[in-house]
Amino acid sequence: MRKKQLISAIFFVLSGFFAQAVEGGPKDEEKTGDLKSEIKAYIRHHLEDTHDFSIGSYTTDEGMKKYIGFSLPVILWDGELVSFSSAKLKHGKSVHRVGSKYYKLYHGKIYRTDAEGTITYDADKKVTNDKPLDLSMTKSVVTMLFTAALMFFLFRSLANSYKTNGSIAAGVGRFFEPIVIYIRDDIAIPNIGKKHYRRYMSYLLTIFFFVWFLNILGLSPLGINVTGNIAVTFGLALLTFLITNLTANKNYWAHIFWMPGVPILMKIVLAPIELLGVVIKPFSLLIRLYANIQAGHIVLMSLIGLMFIFNNWLGSSLSFVLAFAISIIEVLVALLQAYIFTMLSALYFGFAVEEHEEAH
Amino acid sequence: MEIPAIVGAGLVVIGVGMGIGRIGGSAMEAIARQPEAYGKIQTAMLIAAALIEGIGFAALFAV
Repeated sequence: MRKKQLISAIFFVLSGFFAQAVEGGPKDEEKTGDLKSEIKAYIRHHLEDTHDFSIGSYTTDEGMKKYIGFSLPVILWDGELVSFSSAKLKHGKSVHRVGSKYYKLYHGKIYRTDAEGTITYDADKKVTNDKPLDLSMTKSVVTMLFTAALMFFLFRSLANSYKTNGSIAAGVGRFFEPIVIYIRDDIAIPNIGKKHYRRYMSYLLTIFFFVWFLNILGLSPLGINVTGNIAVTFGLALLTFLITNLTANKNYWAHIFWMPGVPILMKIVLAPIELLGVVIKPFSLLIRLYANIQAGHIVLMSLIGLMFIFNNWLGSSLSFVLAFAISIIEVLVALLQAYIFTMLSALYFGFAVEEHEEAH
Repeated sequence: MEIPAIVGAGLVVIGVGMGIGRIGGSAMEAIARQPEAYGKIQTAMLIAAALIEGIGFAALFAV
């Protein structure tokens, strides 16, 4: 058994290595000058949210760039609601006309242009074209909806299995049940307390599995980067912020504005610091998740990009092994970040509902 | 003479590395002393490490 695993592992490493060897042929030599900027563009493109779901692209013999994937709907608010398929924009190569207005995709953003699709710049190389409010179903939105549906399906079936199966989890629920119990017994109860933890359990479970699933999906070859998007983590942290402050009791607010048990001068000094802390706590949540996932993706993409820069068997196999090792670490980080987000949210909820019998 | 921002970021990363290293080392010592408190020590270690790590990322993104 052990031997078999070893052989298959070696096979996988070698097949990856040979696949790379075929990729980086001598025909790449002529464009080494812009290879680095091409790799940079690929990494940047991967980190961005896009208007279509493509897992790759290739250039045909006629020099046409083909994308493997499908288009997603574009929804714009530009005085009126405008919607069309992102296939009409042809990855920025053509201008789409709606009524009397023209739209063009430029570096991942949709701008209103004239019929030729002219993009104008100001002195700082910033685009001066009008930008309609973009409410599109982008790749991130679709992935989040998919994750939400997946979680609904998985956890409904877990809940139903308790009813039908005599309080014993069935199927995939057997995998998730210990994790749910762990979040209850080791995250919620120690941090929030036995009296109040039930109110927060649904949120903590949702946030843990949502972040975990999205992190894992980000590591899949689909090339999605949802939790590495600062707007998404901002939304998640905003929820924690709102729940903390809207469910807080009077002790929480007393500790912010009029810290009990310290001299009056100290109370005045502490109030603005504590007030700032209310915002900084969820802010650190949002930066931590965003930065960890973003940094992981950048490191992984750079290591894969190194294969094309080295362009020989030694460098390529070295960066393949490194990329493989980093991928495994990233699987751990995906779980760890979900855990820390949940853990710190529970800690903040704990502060909000803490009850002080004795003065201190 | 102006010091480039990347030098500052490097210094921050050295500091963060030392900090997380100390946390990990101390946690291991604590676990060796009291193996029964393994779970609690690990949780506290992860939280402290995560808080320091945030500073490191802030420095890297500031460059």
